[in-house]
Amino acid sequence: MKPAPFAYHAARSAEEAVGLLAQYGGEAKVLAGGQSLVPVMSFRLAQPAALVDVNPVSELDFLEDTAAGGLRIGALVRLRRLERDPRVAARAPLLAAALPHVAHPQIRTRGTAGGSIAHADPAAELPCLAVALDARLRLVGPAGERWVEAREFFFGLFATALEPDELLAEIELPPRPPGEGWAFLEIARRHGDYAQVGVAARLVLGSDGRVAAARLVYLSVGDAPMEATRAAASLVGEAPGPAAFAAAAALAASEEIDPAGDIHASAEFKRHLTRVLTARALTAAAVRAGRETA
Amino acid sequence: MREPETIAPPRHPVRLEVNGARHQREVEPRLLLSDFLRHELGLTGTHVGCEHGVCGACTVLLDGEPVRSCLLLAVQADGRRVTTVEGLAPADAAGADGARSPHGGPLHPLQEAFRETHGLQCGFCTPGFLMTLVAFLAENPDPSEEEIRHALSGNLCRCTGYQNIVAAALRAAEMLRAADGDATPRPPIGTAETPGA
Repeated sequence: MKPAPFAYHAARSAEEAVGLLAQYGGEAKVLAGGQSLVPVMSFRLAQPAALVDVNPVSELDFLEDTAAGGLRIGALVRLRRLERDPRVAARAPLLAAALPHVAHPQIRTRGTAGGSIAHADPAAELPCLAVALDARLRLVGPAGERWVEAREFFFGLFATALEPDELLAEIELPPRPPGEGWAFLEIARRHGDYAQVGVAARLVLGSDGRVAAARLVYLSVGDAPMEATRAAASLVGEAPGPAAFAAAAALAASEEIDPAGDIHASAEFKRHLTRVLTARALTAAAVRAGRETA
Repeated sequence: MREPETIAPPRHPVRLEVNGARHQREVEPRLLLSDFLRHELGLTGTHVGCEHGVCGACTVLLDGEPVRSCLLLAVQADGRRVTTVEGLAPADAAGADGARSPHGGPLHPLQEAFRETHGLQCGFCTPGFLMTLVAFLAENPDPSEEEIRHALSGNLCRCTGYQNIVAAALRAAEMLRAADGDATPRPPIGTAETPGA
């Protein structure tokens, strides 16, 4: 058998799961989709004393519209379900566009929205999308629940605001601003592999046709989802087009995003990809925004 | 470092249905579903390649959906329905006089298509490709070559046989569409009666 021995608990409720986590005092891991946890346990890079399996916790498995026009996504919702659900395509098209890039179909069948965010792999799509979409995260602990902005949730490499006895229960996406354009682009050696660089772009055009708001969030270029706030701010008030987008892309790649190289791509190549993908994503987002406001 | 285990670890009951047959075992929680299928049930058609979720050789259907059996604990399959490659050509299935599986059943159209187009060489990766494709074609009966390549991105073949595997998938889609026109279409493989249960 590959993983080291551990105690196994199938939790029936979020409260029971949190109680078990508290009982093990940081020595237990939450098992959701298991698509990242089980391999590291098979390598024995992780040897938790216990696994708290939240798969039977039905209260974490929901997908609902909010009255405001957003979405509430239970932490246990499988990525395949998000990929197929027309509400996600309608209310969070940027998320829908990113989902087919998340690993492979067999992984998305099991992998969960909450698991991917709580795992906080900086090369993964869901953490980047949570930040780009201004998601709010509901964390449940022994003392009750609290809400954390996705922007404040990711501390660094596999590190988050979650306490050892807390469970990510829900991801809430706010409604999409009217007239917003968006694009998700990533470059990977093979479809479904971890991306060398990926970017989520959002762009709103004002009634004067100029950029009213922009967001640029990247994956695989740092220890956590990385934002190019100055590049995005530089676009506000500009006419959308190649000149403004090239300038913003250059600013993001030269002054804001500072990737480290890895075995798949050198730092220089990642910087190049950052610049190229930023310009492409802004162009695609502007086309969509133009269509929406036309 | 942790002390070596000196006492027998607690075992957990697993009751599940594999290829239509019910099984019950008591297992250690760290037993992977892939090893459960091979060692506890003797269903060695599910191959283990990388055992960390990269190669796709161990793909099986869990309630009709493709999953990597090396990334699931056997205890997590409790109460679920699993279909392995052996379930594609069950010995008791009636069929024409064509080629038959080692278990005696007539080949599934997908297996026929792999045979016809030389979609395998050494055959090690084949069970994973078959199980991935059987679910994919059920959802996408008329896929493009590009869609097939995306669907197969999580399965590795080291004989460099992708060209013929894609051809086999296209051929199988054709055969399955033709069969669907028959009076008695083939029932979907391993689909749960209560999805999401």
